[in-house]
Amino acid sequence: MSEEVLVSIRNLHATANGTPILKGIDLDLRAGEVHAVMGPNGSGKSTLSNVLVGKPGYEVTKGEILFRGKNLLEMEPEIRAREGVFLAFQYPVEIPGVANNYFLRTAVNAARAHRGLDPLDAMDFLSLLREKMKIVEMPDDMMKRAINEGFSGGEKKRNEILQMLLLEPDFCILDETDSGLDIDALRIVAGGVNRMRSPERAMLVITHYQRLLDYVVPDRVHVLSKGRIVRSGDKDLALELEEKGYGWIETGDAAGARS
Amino acid sequence: MSGTNPELERLAKQEYKYGFVTEIEEDRLPPGLTEEVVRLISAKKEEPEWLLEYRLKAFRRFREMLDEGEGEPGWAKVSHAPIDYDAITYYAAPKQKPKLESLDELDPELRATYDKLGISLLEQKRLHGIGDGSRPGVAVDAVFDSVSVATTFKAELEKHGIVFCSFSEAVREHPDLVREYLGSVVPYSDNFFACLNAAVFSDGSFAYIPKGVRCPMELSTYFRINAAGTGQFERTLLVADEGAYVSYLEGCTAPQRDENQLHAAVVELVALDRAEIKYSTVQNWYPGDKDGKGGIYNFVTKRGACRGYRSKISWTQVETGSAITWKYPSCLLIGDESVGEFYSVAMTNNRQQADTGTKMIHIGKNTKSTIVSKGISAGHGDQSYRGLVKIGPKATGARNYSQCDSLLMGDQCGAHTFPYLEASNPTAIVEHEATTSKISDDQLFFCRQRGISEEDAVSMIVNGFCKDVLRELPMEFAVEAQNLLSVSLEGAVG
Ligand SMILES: Nc1ncnc2c1ncn2[C@@H]1O[C@H](COP(=O)(O)OP(=O)(O)OP(=O)(O)O)[C@@H](O)[C@H]1O
Ligand SMILES: [Mg+2]
Repeated sequence: MSEEVLVSIRNLHATANGTPILKGIDLDLRAGEVHAVMGPNGSGKSTLSNVLVGKPGYEVTKGEILFRGKNLLEMEPEIRAREGVFLAFQYPVEIPGVANNYFLRTAVNAARAHRGLDPLDAMDFLSLLREKMKIVEMPDDMMKRAINEGFSGGEKKRNEILQMLLLEPDFCILDETDSGLDIDALRIVAGGVNRMRSPERAMLVITHYQRLLDYVVPDRVHVLSKGRIVRSGDKDLALELEEKGYGWIETGDAAGARS
Repeated sequence: MSGTNPELERLAKQEYKYGFVTEIEEDRLPPGLTEEVVRLISAKKEEPEWLLEYRLKAFRRFREMLDEGEGEPGWAKVSHAPIDYDAITYYAAPKQKPKLESLDELDPELRATYDKLGISLLEQKRLHGIGDGSRPGVAVDAVFDSVSVATTFKAELEKHGIVFCSFSEAVREHPDLVREYLGSVVPYSDNFFACLNAAVFSDGSFAYIPKGVRCPMELSTYFRINAAGTGQFERTLLVADEGAYVSYLEGCTAPQRDENQLHAAVVELVALDRAEIKYSTVQNWYPGDKDGKGGIYNFVTKRGACRGYRSKISWTQVETGSAITWKYPSCLLIGDESVGEFYSVAMTNNRQQADTGTKMIHIGKNTKSTIVSKGISAGHGDQSYRGLVKIGPKATGARNYSQCDSLLMGDQCGAHTFPYLEASNPTAIVEHEATTSKISDDQLFFCRQRGISEEDAVSMIVNGFCKDVLRELPMEFAVEAQNLLSVSLEGAVG
């Protein structure tokens, strides 16, 4: 595995509408690694992912985030995205009236322009889109529909994975992409995620369940509680959590909370 | 939305692109509305006696309405300071040779003005980007303040027997046609502004498409208000004879001025048996500044009569400009199986107000109408959709479908829907759907997280919202309209 640190989060403190939520997060992701983040409801997992992608409404009060050595916090959200930071949302929004394929092509071409590449024309994009849609087993007609409009919960999540496959980001954050999926959809989503695993990429996979991690085997597992990483370990930590719940960790000290 | 968006705030301050003034010597009447003024306008245009009489009748009725305090209609949901009709100049025209032998004689200042507005008055020039040489161009009638200054492609149209010229020329060259149809759809006494227009109308466009002719190119009129302190009162009359087809587009801009200027137009359309008229408007009058200072008052009466069997009239409008818009393009569905359509996008930003909609009057059997209205409100903009569907007692089998959607940006703007239905035939089927939605912060952020700038995201969402209407526009203008929507919306969110 490569030694290069792709994402480095240092002593990150953040507030949401003035309330402190993240209280000192330290996390390094090396290229090629998949890290799972688990933790009770309300512990700050989505807040962490939102802060990483620059969602308005959060304020970083202390600490820093470096992505390929660059200060992520200084970049506008769309620049972070074009640089290769991707978040699969826990609750993907619907945008009536805007066709999926048009939206996706706009997004892909925005990223290409950022990298100095020519835009894909409609034909080239379509063949790329078809290829990626096969991976997530999405029917053609879904692309002509408005973004997520009337999509089932599982279809929305698959659409997130499709976007990730198209945009080929180097840092992928998945916020509970496995929640609400049936068994087949889980397999499909996990298949999409595994395709993205590569020596150049890092992934932060937020989940509550071991069942995703059966497919997407993490290099590291972290437990977030009350805005801090209270425990880190290898893939077995997730199994242990599945068995014992969070209680034994939260009451314990923060020993071993190093990534 | 929370008002936190610096990018959009910056864009909001962007200026209206067409706000420049052309320095040109104009022949203008002193302000004020008197019988003398009406006579002078008529004399300047060397009009026949019957037309002067028509104007004078309208003038007297208008004075009556003013005196009886029947002024501007009180039901429209707009507010403005009282208009002093005696402070307005009713006629202003650039000084140039009264009759141009060819387009080459056009004053270079005027040509430059239209170039700046992106309107080509050169006949050989085709619209950009349309590769195949066989595609027809667009014939343009350019109206500058009170007169038409140029009409392109006239000779080519004449080959098909199509008359397309300024209204004044039509009065001279085709008086019988004008006399037959003028006021036949919108009587001079129809409403306050129509009456004012009938008294003082200065110029506008006239088109006649003979029997069975499909007009080979788009016809269009481009209205430009230039002079300060003037109103523009144009009159447009389109007649499609049996089996004829024409697609017509109207565009408009005005300089940026601190005063409000009045634009009170009348448009009459007549479609005979199996004739079809497609009338599209991209309205971009100066909307006033962000505090509501200045801007055009756009009080317009537009109506089409489907007089024959299977006549069809389709109105498509994209309204982004004007301080106040008051406009209800309507269809009188007289002939059996005639069809009326109204597709509208109205956008109000900053302090703009719009009260717009349509009237579909079903008179003949099996008449059909469709109304699709998309309202976008941003800033402190306020708008109302006002639509009347009236089914007459003989309109057996009439059908109407109406859809009114509002999109709100921010929480300071307003959208209102006033659908009126009067059905006096039990066989009629009338459907009405209405929705109100908002562009949410989450939607915008979703787009940004995918690498799309907020500005592009807003215009993508707005264009998506409007696409049922935009696709009714002729292709060339759909692109223009999309751009216009984006520009008018800049600064709308945040
Ligand atoms: N904008 C906000 N304003 C106020 N509080 C917020 C805001 N966003 C998040 N919080 C609070 O921060 C805490 C962490 O929320 P977050 O969504 O990050 O949790 P989570 O770990 O993702 O939980 P879940 O497992 O339920 O998804 C919660 O108590 C939540 O109410
Ligand atoms: Mg969460």
